[in-house]
Amino acid sequence: MTYQADEKGYYGDFGRAFIPEMLYPNVEKLRSKYLEIMKEASFRKEFDQLLKDYVGRPTPLYLAERLSEKYKTKIYLKREDLCHTGAHKINNTIGQILVAKRLGKNRVIAETGAGQHGVATATVCALMGIECVVYMGEVDIARQAPNVARMKLLGATVIPAKSGSKTLKDATNEAIRDWINNPVNTHYIIGSVVGPHPYPDMVARFQSVISEEVKTQLKEKEGRENPDYVVACVGGGSNAAGIYFHYLDNPEVGIIAVEAAGKGIFTGESAATSALGKEGIIHGSKTLLMQTADGQITEPYSISAGLDYPGIGPMHANLFRTGRAEFISVTDDAAMKAGQELARLEGIIPAIESAHALAIFKDRKFKEDEVVVVNLSGRGDKDLSTYIDYFNL
Amino acid sequence: MNRIIQKLQETDLSENKEKKLLSIYFTAGYPKPDDTFTIIQELEKNGVDMIEIGLPFSDPLADGPTIQESSTKALKSGMTTLKLFEQLKDIRKSVSIPLLIMGYFNPILQFGVEEFCKKCAETGIDGLIIPDLPVDIYTEKYKAIFEKYDLINVFLITPQTSEERIRFIDSVSNGFIYMVSSASVTGTTKGFGDETKAYFERISVMNLKNPQIIGFGISDKESFEQATEFAKGAIIGSAFIKHLTENETGKISAFVKGIRDI
Ligand SMILES: Cc1ncc(COP(=O)(O)O)c(C=O)c1O
Repeated sequence: MTYQADEKGYYGDFGRAFIPEMLYPNVEKLRSKYLEIMKEASFRKEFDQLLKDYVGRPTPLYLAERLSEKYKTKIYLKREDLCHTGAHKINNTIGQILVAKRLGKNRVIAETGAGQHGVATATVCALMGIECVVYMGEVDIARQAPNVARMKLLGATVIPAKSGSKTLKDATNEAIRDWINNPVNTHYIIGSVVGPHPYPDMVARFQSVISEEVKTQLKEKEGRENPDYVVACVGGGSNAAGIYFHYLDNPEVGIIAVEAAGKGIFTGESAATSALGKEGIIHGSKTLLMQTADGQITEPYSISAGLDYPGIGPMHANLFRTGRAEFISVTDDAAMKAGQELARLEGIIPAIESAHALAIFKDRKFKEDEVVVVNLSGRGDKDLSTYIDYFNL
Repeated sequence: MNRIIQKLQETDLSENKEKKLLSIYFTAGYPKPDDTFTIIQELEKNGVDMIEIGLPFSDPLADGPTIQESSTKALKSGMTTLKLFEQLKDIRKSVSIPLLIMGYFNPILQFGVEEFCKKCAETGIDGLIIPDLPVDIYTEKYKAIFEKYDLINVFLITPQTSEERIRFIDSVSNGFIYMVSSASVTGTTKGFGDETKAYFERISVMNLKNPQIIGFGISDKESFEQATEFAKGAIIGSAFIKHLTENETGKISAFVKGIRDI
């Protein structure tokens, strides 16, 4: 029994590629090549080098002493917020831009919610001299303005998605339509462990550097590779997949997934997919998603643009269904307070996405000698205006 | 016999050899929730050969703005899968041309694939076009159910589909192959360039077992004629939706006559 994808792209009952024929040639080419490309020595060398010299890896594993003292357990933070561009997203975009080059593509498209994936994509495109187009919901363009400016400064074209809820789901639809319209020269860099196979598996593998590092770092600090728990927020689930990856099939390590409850799970303004979702198809993948009884995808809500998505990746749907992971949902208010608390106790301002993961300690108690590693997936610079409004700063 | 097969066989008879099939797509429940029945009747009355009834979906990935908007509007005014079957309940009392439902897979999955197929059979639906149910998953998991209810599942090919895959799709198809005219979502192209014509020609000389019907980007008499020079027929979608937006259910006769004057 494994919690990794099988060769068809199934995680248990979830995953696979439910795509229109128009996407088949590109997705199939990627599927048949990605593992081979990722194994090439020249690829590994370039990828590792860029992660080290450009992204700034390994990122620290930091023992948050004051936070630990407050919640009476041992809390480590995996500092993905210190990556170049401010979040874990760049681990994946570095990997995918190298794949795109090897597939001979000269144009890249991406969707973005919080703008972190858009910035990370615009960054690697600038680095490689490749044309970059980013789709972003109109609502997100307004609430993540600094990231829109960063993408433009990096030379990317940002196209507003104006359909539906005008957030991440709709930006993803637009990116997929662009790919249908540009099937020859374009690679689509999906930003999370969502979409048709092989994306969930490929993105998880690129993000797996996070747990690979945790293993060595924890060994140094605690004398053991395995923490008692790994904790991450789940939008689509890429930072979570990264910190779970090397522990997925190790029952000694508890897995905790944190979703955005928005204004409360049953308020109608929520993005807590595991609680509200049912099995179905979104963006080419069979997974859990929020939908009406009639199979129409519903519009999610979260204060955090990166978690404002009505589905979760198929890996996480399977972790939920099998009970391998514990799912917790956190409201806007709880996340905002946890963000402020981290700032005041540790001098670190987290992204609001990551603040959701930190918010579990108020209610979920751990033993004093347990080691809990939280993925601090990004920094809060992009969220300053939301923090300002929320706390009247 | 399935009406799609029957229609295709009729056109193979020598006296009909030159006749090209005109198929029309529209979104069920658009422009008004209860227009579905009227639109189908009007289309048949004006000589349309086949109809694709669009099951509206919140996230139609392969569709351009025209069909997206019609779906959004239909859903806003309360269209559901069950409602569509209610609207079509008595359709076979007055309409005899082949009817297909074109929709994305998620609403069908939620309805229950078998239940959906059963309802289609009861209603007199002849075939389905489900763009995001790929042929491999269909043959593995759902083919037996579709066949039990005598439903033809129509697959798409595009200019990028490899020859090998076209042969494979041809081998598992029954009825016709839906040939997407160019690399695009619905409703985007205007007229066909040399590259597109070369693709039409390339497919027409492959001698496939199934006839091809071309769709996407066919909007008027000229593009209909260009497409059907190489194929058995053509499908018009977005252009008809635009007509409905402007005229509601009026002037359908003028629209159809403007495409093909038989
Ligand atoms: C900092 C940060 N964390 C988490 C996420 C959520 O994405 P995922 O669940 O794929 O990690 C985002 C998305 O934009 C993000 O910017």
